[in-house]
Amino acid sequence: MIKFSKQQLKIPKLQRPVYLVTAGQSKFDRAFPDKRTEELCIDSFTMAAGLLDISPAELKKYIHTCYYGHFADHFGDQLLGESVIHDRLGLDPLGNVGVKTGGATGGSTMWEGMKAVASGYSDCVLVMGWERMDEVPTDEGNFLISCAADKDWESPLGHIYTGYYAVMAQRYWQIFGKSEDSFRRTLAEIAVKHHGYARFNPFAQAPMKITVDDVLNSPVVAYPLRALDCCLMSVGAACSILCDEDTADQLTKNSKNKPLRIWVSAGSHTLRPADRLDMDIPLLPNETPDQYKDLGERFPGGDRYPGFTGFLAARMAALYGYGMAGITDPTEDLDVVELHDAFTISDVQTYEDIGIRPYGYGREYVESGDCYHTNPNTGEPGKLPSNLSGGLIGCMHSVGATGIMQTYEIATHIWNRWDEIHGDDKLWKQYNREKPSDWTSLQVKDAKRGMAISHAGVGSHVTATILMDPDHLINKDD
Amino acid sequence: MSMFGQVYVKDNKYKLKGEFHHLTPNTPIRDADDNWKLLGVTNPRDMTFIHSYGGEAIFFESLSQGKLMATRCDQDGCDSKGTIYIPFRTHCPDCLGKNSVIDLTDIAKTTAKVHTFMVCERSGAFNVLEKPIKFINIEFDGVATILMSYLSLGEPEFNMEVVPIFKTTGPTFTILDLSWVPKGTSESQLPEGFTF
Repeated sequence: MIKFSKQQLKIPKLQRPVYLVTAGQSKFDRAFPDKRTEELCIDSFTMAAGLLDISPAELKKYIHTCYYGHFADHFGDQLLGESVIHDRLGLDPLGNVGVKTGGATGGSTMWEGMKAVASGYSDCVLVMGWERMDEVPTDEGNFLISCAADKDWESPLGHIYTGYYAVMAQRYWQIFGKSEDSFRRTLAEIAVKHHGYARFNPFAQAPMKITVDDVLNSPVVAYPLRALDCCLMSVGAACSILCDEDTADQLTKNSKNKPLRIWVSAGSHTLRPADRLDMDIPLLPNETPDQYKDLGERFPGGDRYPGFTGFLAARMAALYGYGMAGITDPTEDLDVVELHDAFTISDVQTYEDIGIRPYGYGREYVESGDCYHTNPNTGEPGKLPSNLSGGLIGCMHSVGATGIMQTYEIATHIWNRWDEIHGDDKLWKQYNREKPSDWTSLQVKDAKRGMAISHAGVGSHVTATILMDPDHLINKDD
Repeated sequence: MSMFGQVYVKDNKYKLKGEFHHLTPNTPIRDADDNWKLLGVTNPRDMTFIHSYGGEAIFFESLSQGKLMATRCDQDGCDSKGTIYIPFRTHCPDCLGKNSVIDLTDIAKTTAKVHTFMVCERSGAFNVLEKPIKFINIEFDGVATILMSYLSLGEPEFNMEVVPIFKTTGPTFTILDLSWVPKGTSESQLPEGFTF
């Protein structure tokens, strides 16, 4: 797409409100030698039913259609894996469909499920995602991931996806980071934060108490990205249940879960960054037309948009999503976010794409302390905490499940159930993980609105999933 | 020893010779912590895929002849008329008309410079490039896109002027047949099989 027409920029409108009533997830880990994929899916579904205080069998009675996110058939070595899971969940003969959009698969699956309810086709849907990334050694896993790049023009170049991100990191670092060591340390702080938050999450695969220097001294994968800058390779499953209003009321009548309004939007951009043509920056509601006129003067080389430093797909997902939900300034309007931190650099890029900070100033979100649960500079609550789950760097990147895990985490904050779930001694024990003696609540106090960004490839697909307490909508007449 | 799978086309049909897969037995996966109970099996598989380059074949053929080809929209009435694409686009992404194939070799030799780069210490399985791999993304005068490739000599830096080299001896007929060296490199310094 070269230019946008008015029709293409139309803000989506749902035919009726859609609610998220529950969600669940499995333990996440690098490998599960003792569990089949469907066992993990059943674990997540059972948790979702449990949060509604009903049995899985009772929950299944409400489900009308199913949306399954599973990115990589070749990883799991099973075509039509959706059919296997659907059968094992005992949901035949309901209609189901598989969704695949790389790293954004989880978010895209939420997108499809939302549309099914919004259109009236179904009153209640299951959205479930998973990935099985332990059937091959890590280097073969990297090869399989690299198959998501263009197989003729990119993949043969090292068969390493991190490399395709690193060229973006290099450009961003040199232009917007001005090659400063301080910027590199800010990137490392993100890894410290996410591995650190993972310590308080029993589902998380990579809890670590580390320092900025640990990150900076970790092995180089693709300079300037180091091992601790990178997301995990994971196995696990996550699910959510989306409903219309009547069904949502029925399903939550005996539960602590409050139905949450949900909007999901999506954007895309070329699979190959090589093909990204120069264009004007599409503006979000908190930006002004002249804001970026001198971007190239402030950051020489930074005036090529989106080039190798921005993700147009994320910007478009935000543009559509904010329009639907009435968000004008994400930092002011939202209470908690989960971002797709595939790499520390892409986390920073996303801050700018979704308008948390203007282009060129993403690092401020970290350096100000706004992105923390508790601002390290002030000791006060962070203005917009991000990735309290640990994100893809500390918690997991079980690709098809990732966008759903993020949504689950946001929902637990708005339900005010984060402590109950993440602090549950029985769950830590069940997962054979040691609850740290300094375990700390990361519940965002009075959280009413949140968002999850799910992102594929080097920005080929991005979704924005927005959740709100229905008593705290921005558009009051929605 | 069996012959690797080879393919040619006759009468628009694939003709296959040699072995396209190799049989390796499954082996059990057992739990050393629990009396060596069975947990699963390995599933070895070695396959050869048959892949058509379609309308991009001329690009990969040309590399072996020392030429860098691109495409250009020449459709009257298209907003993108005159836009040059490399990587190839067989069709204009705007009007979807068929693009013209053009020879970009001279433009590449005179205007190519590094837009961004990366030095990669690790690789995925099946990588054949020597590590560290020096990825470069290259911009050209008058070209709308930025090509990803790799630098064979020297250390990459922003705006570095580079020239293309081609694997004209023993070509692989893949994107790896195209590489780049700093402007001013002599022919004798080029990697084996490559020429300007």
